[in-house]
Amino acid sequence: MSARIVVIGAGMVAHRFVDSLVTRAEEKLEVTVLGDESCHPYDRVGLTRFFDGATAEDLTLPATIFEDPRITLHSGDAATAIDREARTVTTAAGTVHPYDHLVLATGSYAARPPVQGAELDGCFVYRTLGDVEGLRAHVARRSAELSRPARGVVIGGGLLGLEAAGALQGMDAEATVVQSGDRLMSAQLDLPAGGVLQRLIEQRGIAVRTRSRTSAVLAGEDGEVRAVAFADGSEVEADVVVLTVGVRPRDELARAAGLDCHERGGVTIDAGCVTSDPAVLAIGEVASFDGQCVGLVAPGYAMAEVACDRILGGEATFGGYDLSAKLKLSGVEVASFGDAFATTPGALDVVYTDPVGGVHKKLVLSDDAKTLLGGMLVGDASAYGALRPLVGSALGADPAAYLLPADAAAPTAELPDEAVVCSCSSVTAGTIRDAVRVDGCTDPAEVTACTKAGATCGSCLVMVKSLVGTELTRMGRTVSTALCEHFELSRRQLFDAVRVSELTTFSAVIERFGRGRGCDICKPVLASILAVLTPSHVLDGENATLQDTNDHVMANMQKDGTYSVVPRMPGGEVTPEGLIVVGEVARDFGLYTKITGGQRVDMFGARLEELPLIWQRLVDAGFESGHAYGKSLRTVKSCVGSAWCRYGVLDSTGMAVRLELRYRGLRAPHKFKLGVSGCARECAEARGKDAGIIATAQGWNLYVGGNGGATPRHAELLAEGLDDDTLIRTLDRYFMYYIRTADKLQRTAPWLEALDGGIDGLREVVMEDSLGICADLDAAMDRHVEHYEDEWAATLADPAKLARFSSFVNAPTTPDPSLAYVPERGQVRPARPDERRSGEVLIAGTTLEVRR
Amino acid sequence: MSTQTLSPATRSSTEWTRVCALGDLEVERGRAALVDGDQVALFLLPDGSLHALDNHDPYSGANVISRGIVGTRGSRATVASPMYKQVFDLRSGTCVDPRGKEHRRLHVWPIEDRGGEVYLLRGGAR
Repeated sequence: MSARIVVIGAGMVAHRFVDSLVTRAEEKLEVTVLGDESCHPYDRVGLTRFFDGATAEDLTLPATIFEDPRITLHSGDAATAIDREARTVTTAAGTVHPYDHLVLATGSYAARPPVQGAELDGCFVYRTLGDVEGLRAHVARRSAELSRPARGVVIGGGLLGLEAAGALQGMDAEATVVQSGDRLMSAQLDLPAGGVLQRLIEQRGIAVRTRSRTSAVLAGEDGEVRAVAFADGSEVEADVVVLTVGVRPRDELARAAGLDCHERGGVTIDAGCVTSDPAVLAIGEVASFDGQCVGLVAPGYAMAEVACDRILGGEATFGGYDLSAKLKLSGVEVASFGDAFATTPGALDVVYTDPVGGVHKKLVLSDDAKTLLGGMLVGDASAYGALRPLVGSALGADPAAYLLPADAAAPTAELPDEAVVCSCSSVTAGTIRDAVRVDGCTDPAEVTACTKAGATCGSCLVMVKSLVGTELTRMGRTVSTALCEHFELSRRQLFDAVRVSELTTFSAVIERFGRGRGCDICKPVLASILAVLTPSHVLDGENATLQDTNDHVMANMQKDGTYSVVPRMPGGEVTPEGLIVVGEVARDFGLYTKITGGQRVDMFGARLEELPLIWQRLVDAGFESGHAYGKSLRTVKSCVGSAWCRYGVLDSTGMAVRLELRYRGLRAPHKFKLGVSGCARECAEARGKDAGIIATAQGWNLYVGGNGGATPRHAELLAEGLDDDTLIRTLDRYFMYYIRTADKLQRTAPWLEALDGGIDGLREVVMEDSLGICADLDAAMDRHVEHYEDEWAATLADPAKLARFSSFVNAPTTPDPSLAYVPERGQVRPARPDERRSGEVLIAGTTLEVRR
Repeated sequence: MSTQTLSPATRSSTEWTRVCALGDLEVERGRAALVDGDQVALFLLPDGSLHALDNHDPYSGANVISRGIVGTRGSRATVASPMYKQVFDLRSGTCVDPRGKEHRRLHVWPIEDRGGEVYLLRGGAR
């Protein structure tokens, strides 16, 4: 007979329990989950995301486990009684569920303080989706009625209170946090840390009152909340009050059933999560372990794993609460871990405080200053990931090194095997090492899939990656340069293989040098290699199947699945007539228009089936593809140069146009950009580009390997005082050498850094021909220039290629019916999920409705 | 109407609908179809097999699965969403590489080639 398991409660911990149970159990099971909320289990920790536009659906935990035939979820039907004699649970609807094992995961309810007025309509707790929906509706209604931002007061300055204050700000309400104690987050922070947090919160426009005991919530004559009154007689005006004074375990069912409960609340459990009745277990916030209930999800998850193991006959034990937490509240990082309050006898504090920068860090060490016991981090919690796993072990470095500002590299100590790296899923460093050593995982993603480390909040992923890398190196395995599972070769090796073998199709290449049918990594790489070696249209024959959607439809996909369109404007030059055509096209197709950083115009919101119509008009007006979508030349940015500028030394715009027309459409391992400045003032910011050209009285100076973006790097000087032709020849060789030898998705900056000999090595290859390949590189670039054609003009001339731009194979011109837009600053943007739900969407599809 | 009273043959002939000709599909390049308001992504593989899945990408919320790159992971035929690159098994719709997110899956529609015409079971998502 199969074991019947009834779970009362359908929150995050119940979800984790059921997930573990069905993953691990091989025997027959019948699992019944009873939830009183009428929805699937959702991410309560992420509740505040609701105010950032997340929908109830976004917060829902993966519902696929409820598709398992062994599991039945009854939402919206609360359990009302437990009969331990008969081993049954009765619900509000009168259904009786028999059980062999009963798991209580009823969680907590939000407490309302015993003050007058706390039951008024404008007072909210902050616990369920229903609570936050009610709060939002109330704030919206009061703001509208009062024609000013609503004033919100949050009573309770714990982490939930600070989240609620951030949520109020997110609704354009004013927010004041009231705390009866002497500091914010008193459960996690001491007075100095709380003081730094208070200043940071106040800097973000949230008022904070500590040492303020609330005596009443006052209503006006209209019955609406008017103010909050304090014990000292003062008042703060309020239109809405959020009560976050703590949670109480929902142990009423257990008490009624005669299970042992702690006097301060909570169902008493042992280390096996078993209550006073061996057939009943309790997990999560309702469970009282060692006389304590804790409102954090990580210990609840740990209990869920223990309970699961016990039901399956195992011996797992709950090792006690880990109260470590790292949060971001209104943009302020806060973390607290281990023995943060230094309660261990003889414990030492090491403190770093920077009141100007708003950073406070404290480490708690053992009396010999060697073992890390805990700590608090406010304002910069970047060291949390490295420090928390070290609790209980030797720090291995000067403690002060961990407390220095974030840009100073933190030392890395070897983690002991038992150190917990992922606290969400309780994965130790040893488990991660075993995943590499024993289970054969070869990259961090495989380890995450295998151990669940980093799968929940992701804050430990950097640590996981570093452990995996160290372990692989220790095993003597070099970090693989293989392109992907289909090719053992690196991109550079594959380029040479294709060049020497003279193969011209993907199928032939993968048959000879790879295996399988490729993937989203190797296919675009092959498309790029083939494009350089055998110039042909990106949509010719099999090429079309290799392209990422951007290259496939020659536009840039945006978040709603529509595309943006960028016609080339070489050197940023555009005629008034051209600008008018662009404007007319954008107006007629209802496109959102923005100027790019590369000195041209981007038009957003074009649907797949509109792209050929848009491009027909642009091509007719003399425009061509801007390749904004390709791993290829983007733009050549320039200042106006000697033609107009009174300081200009050389014609930078003219050179920019010449270079853009030469390298347009050239496929590379990654996108690349150029800049040309007409004098040393460098108005084109050329040294932030893959190639920067700066005019001097002696000729052009050429800088290479620069980068903007996430890892900015100034380009390095390759050559000085070049004439036009020498400049172009040098650039030709530099780009072609990069295209042949770079790794997949490697831009010129990291390529140059990794290149043998660096900038000097590059100079020897492209200017002194040390490898004897310059003639080859020159020929390759000449072939590119000779075979260039505008991809869009060629596509418009080919009916077979145009067929790919139908929205639906059975309804070629019907727009995607899910598209929805709202107006903003005179244009449109995609509707957010909350706007779709509330029906504020004014425009479905971008055309017609916005034509005037 | 109860479908239990109908024989399987009767039922299938009433609910299968033609969506396009086989020749409208390209090998290893998806196409979207609109069936009773549902957006379906259709795929034709080199072995001649047909696959139909949700066009709606559960990770981005956009209807873009048909525009992903088709390939293989191990022995499984896959498509990678063009938005955030999660990879889905074309046969089962399960996500084989969630890129660090939680696992979500695509519904799969029964699809058939009937002498060069492609038929889909209406409302047959599972």
